Amino acid sequence: MEELLYYPGCSLKDTAIGFEESAIYASRQLGIELKEMERWNCCGTVYSLTADNLMKQLGPVRNLVHAQEEGYEKVYTLCSMCDNTLKRSNRLVKNDPEKLEKINSFMDREEDYLGEVTVKHYLELLRDELGWDAVREPVREPLKGLNVAPYYGCMLTRPKEIGLDDPHNPTVLEDFISSLGAEPVDYPYHSECCGSYNTVEKKDIVLKQAGKITSSAAAAGADLIITSCPLCHYNLDTRQSEYIRRENSSKPVPVLYITQLMAVAYGNSDVCKFDKHAIDPREALALENKALKER
Amino acid sequence: MSPSNEDQETVRIHIMGKEYEVPKGLTMMDAIEHSGYRLIRGVGCRGGFCGACATLYRLEGDYKLYADLACQKTVEDGMYLMQLPFTPAGRKTYDIEEIGRDGNPLLENYPEVARCVSCNTCTKACPQDLEVMDFINEAIRGNIENVASMSFDCIQCGICAARCPAEIPHHHVAQMARRVYGKHNLPKSDHVAARVREIEGGEFDESLQEITSLSREVLEERYESREIE
Repeated sequence: MEELLYYPGCSLKDTAIGFEESAIYASRQLGIELKEMERWNCCGTVYSLTADNLMKQLGPVRNLVHAQEEGYEKVYTLCSMCDNTLKRSNRLVKNDPEKLEKINSFMDREEDYLGEVTVKHYLELLRDELGWDAVREPVREPLKGLNVAPYYGCMLTRPKEIGLDDPHNPTVLEDFISSLGAEPVDYPYHSECCGSYNTVEKKDIVLKQAGKITSSAAAAGADLIITSCPLCHYNLDTRQSEYIRRENSSKPVPVLYITQLMAVAYGNSDVCKFDKHAIDPREALALENKALKER
Repeated sequence: MSPSNEDQETVRIHIMGKEYEVPKGLTMMDAIEHSGYRLIRGVGCRGGFCGACATLYRLEGDYKLYADLACQKTVEDGMYLMQLPFTPAGRKTYDIEEIGRDGNPLLENYPEVARCVSCNTCTKACPQDLEVMDFINEAIRGNIENVASMSFDCIQCGICAARCPAEIPHHHVAQMARRVYGKHNLPKSDHVAARVREIEGGEFDESLQEITSLSREVLEERYESREIE
């Protein structure tokens, strides 16, 4: 089994535990052991755009130092936000030796970051290193007839310097869905912002966004939506359920993490922790999938 | 240790900015008292357990700001020191029966932990050499068990909180984690419950009555000749 260094991020240890557990399970079916970093801290959550304040770069860069200390050249992420923050900070210090020197000098307890670690998202591992045929291989419960809407959000593809696909016409999630035997659903809001942190202070903005995105996916025939971002998941799942209650509107569309869909297709939905979801996807999965229904 | 002993090797230190010459080998606390200060705050158990004598210091020619316990750290030549016996830091009142059964009580009661930028200043400042920043990160993730075990040796001196640019009261967050973990997660100890039943059943009333009736002299004699491990 090949061992890859894995950075979980805080959400995957708490609200998005089903994302982590399904990813560990699905990876093993692909012959890969995700080895969690021995030491890691919050990624920084949001990449800081204040050019002269390096304090906010310490968190992400320290994680890269830990990856380097553990002797790895690559570290893999699952959460879109962690992926985005780590990649952008990495890019900043790789391209700006002066800033890197200042950060290294501040972090005087750790070894200097040499700027040689590469951050990769799990979808890049599947697409670029394993290939879709390998992803298809362990499928035991083909998701035939299941219509799945890909949701990219902002963080996977933007900005283009670190994005893992074309920011306007990404296809990686569609290919991912097809490789598991399901049907990708085309709808106009796959890269629309979910409303992000407005969910804390200005919930209404997010209710509206979640309603717009999910009802558009539903109108296009989606049985469910997939994402790799815990914040998008919260907004599309929890806020969608509130939107539906408030508007007394259409039937809810469950939202899954990418690796939960893999785990279902590979024949183990127990690792998905679906009970943590506001909108339980089990019904949609069982109704649309004969193989699952029979079990 | 007499200051008049000319053979005594001495070091030069600064206490709150004023220079003193004190015998080599003294703890910071002894050196402060040797220099004529009478400690009322900033002193406690004198054994490195209570955390009351947190002291900040710098060394000549070194940019670092260090922290240690005055009763544990010996003085060095060129040391600039200042005691910080108390750090203002908000501590939450809570009902231990009510919190910690679900959700993340650490983040809910101390939302400022989410302001952590992982600068590690708290860890550098900790006189107990705890990985303070790492357990604050565990608090953000809601792992109460890890916060409790990683902070087990915390003596609540509060220097971490004084140094934190995100203004987190680390020691109070960690104390809450240990209390919640102890209350809801650790197994109950049967022997404590059994002993409480014995006490309530009056098993020790007689010996307590006897000991409270003794004179100070007899008590002192018994204390001095007691058997200890």
